[in-house]
Amino acid sequence: MGRIVGGIGLSHVPSVGPVVDRNRTQEPAWKPLFDAYVPVRQWLAQLKPDVAIVVYNDHAADFSFDKYPTFALGVAERYAIGDEGFGTRPLPEVQGDLELSIHLSEALVYDHEFDLTLCQEIAVEHGFLVPMNLCFPHGQGNDEMRGWPVRAIPLQVNVIQHPLPTARRCYKLGQAIREAVSSYPKDLKVVVMGTGGMSHQLQGKRFGYMNEKFDHWFLDQLESDPEGLCGITHRKIMEQAGAEAVELIMWLTMRGAMSRSARRVHRHYYAPMTTGMGLISFEDDQGVC
Amino acid sequence: MHFVKLEALSLGHLCTPGTLLSVYSYAVLRPIPDTSIFDLRLSHRGRRLNKLCAALCSREEREAFKRDEEACMSKFGLSEKEKDLIRQRDFKGLIEAGTNIYYLLKIGSVTGNGLYKMGAQMRGESYEQFLSTRNYKDAV
Repeated sequence: MGRIVGGIGLSHVPSVGPVVDRNRTQEPAWKPLFDAYVPVRQWLAQLKPDVAIVVYNDHAADFSFDKYPTFALGVAERYAIGDEGFGTRPLPEVQGDLELSIHLSEALVYDHEFDLTLCQEIAVEHGFLVPMNLCFPHGQGNDEMRGWPVRAIPLQVNVIQHPLPTARRCYKLGQAIREAVSSYPKDLKVVVMGTGGMSHQLQGKRFGYMNEKFDHWFLDQLESDPEGLCGITHRKIMEQAGAEAVELIMWLTMRGAMSRSARRVHRHYYAPMTTGMGLISFEDDQGVC
Repeated sequence: MHFVKLEALSLGHLCTPGTLLSVYSYAVLRPIPDTSIFDLRLSHRGRRLNKLCAALCSREEREAFKRDEEACMSKFGLSEKEKDLIRQRDFKGLIEAGTNIYYLLKIGSVTGNGLYKMGAQMRGESYEQFLSTRNYKDAV
C-alpha cells in the first residue's frame, strides 16, 4: 500500500539554481540556507521515499497563458529540464512514476472530483528543481550516483494568473492526494513538497517587500492550525506579504496530505534579499487518515 | 451569493463599470497600493508582450531578438506603444501594459537586466540604492 511518510514546505527562489550549479553553496551569503538543509537531507536519506510529489508553479517556462491550467499533473516516465529563458541547467532529467501518476489521476478525478489537466510532457523549471536541489543530492553523467535518488511527480498550480484556486481548495487537494496514495496497491513511500513563497513582491513600487513577521505567523499556523489557515484569502496574503507571496497556498496542499498525527521536524527561515526563504518539514508515520 | 455592483466602487482600470462580481472576487481584486495584481484583464492586455517573452524560452528566439529587436517585436504584432516600452527598457511600464513579472524576467535577461536591476528601476532607485536596502546583499 502507498504511504505518505513526510511533507516539506519550502521556498523555490530561482537564484538558488546557479548557486548550486557554480558550487557557491558555502559562500557566507548562501551558507545559512544550505546548512539548514543538511539535517533535512539526512532525514530524507533515512526515510528513503520512493516518490516525491512536488507541488509547484511553472514560471512561464513550459505553460503559457494561451491555455493555463489551474491544476496540472505530470503523467510520464520522465520529465525534461526546461529552459525558462536563461538556458537549460546542467541537471539530470527527472524520473517519474507513470503507474502512480495514472493511479493519482484516476483517484483524484473519479473519487475526489478534482478535474485535473493531465500532462504527458512537462519540462520542469526552478519552481520544481530548486526544491529538488535543496532536498536531494544528484549525480551527473556516468557517476554511480547518476540522476536523482527519488522518482518525482510534478503537480503544477496556477498561482500567477488570477483567478487562482483558493487556499482551502489547495488544502483539500492535499487531503485527496493522501487518500489517493493510501489506496495505491503497491508498497511505496511518498513525500509531498509544497513550494514557493514566502513573502515577496517582484513588481511595482513595492518591489522587494518582505514581511518576516507574517512569514513566522504562517509557519506557526501551518503547523498548529492548518484548517484555520485555509480561510486565508489571496488578498490577505498579497497585502501583508507581497503579491507573489500568494504561492504560499501550495504549502497547504502539502499540509493537507499530512495526517493529524504528523509531527513537525525541521523549521528554518532566512531572508537575505527579496524573498523570505522558509522551510518546514513534517514526519508522518500514519498510513491512513 | 452576494453581489456588489462595482460602478460605485471606483476600481479604476481593473473592472468595467457595471460588472458584477461575487464578494470574494471583489475582495481579491481590490487594488493594493504600489502593486500589480495579475488578473485576466491584465493578462489579456499584455498577451502580445507575453507571447514575445514566452518565445524567449528558446535559444534561437533569444539570438533572433538580440540580432534584430525590431523584427522580433513586429513578428509578435506589438503596438507602437508596446515597442517603445521595450526600446526604452521601461520595466515599470511593461508591467502596467500587462507583462507578467515572470515573462518580464525573460526580456530582462535577454537585454542584460537582471531582476534586481529591473526592481530598482520599478522602485525609482539606482541599483546600488536598492542593494543597500537589503538584509544581505551578497545573496545574488
